Amino acid sequence: MAAELKPVLLALAILLGGVGGAAVLTWWERRLLGFWQDRYGPNRLGPFGIGQVVADMIKLLTKDDWVPPFADRVVFIFAPTAIVVAMMMGFAVVPFAPDVVIIDVNIGLLFFLGMTSLAVYSVLLGGLASNNKYALLGGLRSAAQMVSYEVFMGLSLMGIVMMTGSFSLVDIVAAQEDLWFCFSQVLGLLVFVVAGIAESHRLPFDLPEAEHELTAGFHTEYGGMKFAMFMLGEYLGLMLISCMIVTLFFGGWMGPAYIDHWLPPIVWFGLKVFFVINFFVLLRAAIPRPRYDQLMSLGWKIMLPITLINLVLTGWVLLSMEA
Amino acid sequence: MLEIIFFYLAATIALIATALAMTRANAIHALIYLIVSLLAVAVIFFLIGAPFAAALEIVIYAGAIMVLFVFVIMMLNLGKEGDARERQWMQPRIWAGPVLLSLVLFAELLYMIANIEGSLSHPAVTAKEVGLSLFGPYVLAVEIAAMLLLAGLVGSYHLGRRYLERGE
Repeated sequence: MAAELKPVLLALAILLGGVGGAAVLTWWERRLLGFWQDRYGPNRLGPFGIGQVVADMIKLLTKDDWVPPFADRVVFIFAPTAIVVAMMMGFAVVPFAPDVVIIDVNIGLLFFLGMTSLAVYSVLLGGLASNNKYALLGGLRSAAQMVSYEVFMGLSLMGIVMMTGSFSLVDIVAAQEDLWFCFSQVLGLLVFVVAGIAESHRLPFDLPEAEHELTAGFHTEYGGMKFAMFMLGEYLGLMLISCMIVTLFFGGWMGPAYIDHWLPPIVWFGLKVFFVINFFVLLRAAIPRPRYDQLMSLGWKIMLPITLINLVLTGWVLLSMEA
Repeated sequence: MLEIIFFYLAATIALIATALAMTRANAIHALIYLIVSLLAVAVIFFLIGAPFAAALEIVIYAGAIMVLFVFVIMMLNLGKEGDARERQWMQPRIWAGPVLLSLVLFAELLYMIANIEGSLSHPAVTAKEVGLSLFGPYVLAVEIAAMLLLAGLVGSYHLGRRYLERGE
């Protein structure tokens, strides 16, 4: 009985942890940004300003749930849910610790890629259903950006799949027992991090929103809880990408060599994910947003050749080791 | 037993979603139903023991090709006139002929399915087996598909180049 209940309990834990984590992250990110940009950030409510999370939630929950009369009503309401559902589904294949995974399918990595590519519809349909030119431009940009970067995202991981011989994330973590893939797949890691930022459309790659050019991009017409769903989806995406980077490149739940036994696996996993999330916030604080054509040419002219070189090199090394 | 229930559930969703995708006047609504239909087909693939095909169905069809469809429709800006025109095309005299012909095919298909022996589920085909058969017995088809894609790439580059030379 306990064995059957475990995935259900784990799913509930991820649901609560995801929503709660995203809420706390909104505050943590603003505090960190403030720290790096030499200002305070939200520091008034409660210890270190953490009460800001509650205040924001009350504000979003009590706002008028308004649908513009010129919008496509059904699609407008459906759009914000897609990203949250898809990102939540993505967590199903993440191994948090030995035996702590909801489903260990033999196509785990492809499942993750599929879920992130379905999350695109949220931005796309939100921008289209708003019937607003800024929202439409944001949606158009996100479509081109996501479809392009999905290509490198998938290809950059194929080096890992070659070295592991499996799409299962549990196998991939197990294959890093001797050496983490961040050393043997440096190029893959580089491309995956860049593609991951582009996929979760966060600064510096938040061209679909780009508040200087497009008001608020695809969610210009959104307010209240529907806007909160977009934000929740974005932060879930950030957490999911961080979990995947740790799982794929930094040994998942395994600690560094020699000090592995100091902490339990789930704590190692949490620490590494926390570190990666902070790295993403640092990127946001440090790098300005590129122009849209720069983003696309970066993708197709630099990222794609790098992934192809990585693929050829990995294949060459693996085959020459076999021979 | 549970697999059979899931199969019929997914199949029903696929059929209903496809029917709605064909009959909606609004292009975006039709596309959303088509995406649902593709997801349902992915579930069916998964249930009959082809997880790799199921994953590719989601990543490539639902996740990439349909995004491009939505992309094109966003640029067309069809609006209310588009819906009206679409409704005008949905006259019985336009769809009656194809439906009649399809019904004949459907009857044939039903007859063939009724005479098939064997079970629904097969042992799962892993990604490795798919790869080995793609680059083993079916390597010619892979090469032909690659050439076709290359032709498409060169063609779109050619079109884009002429556009750029005219000066934005």
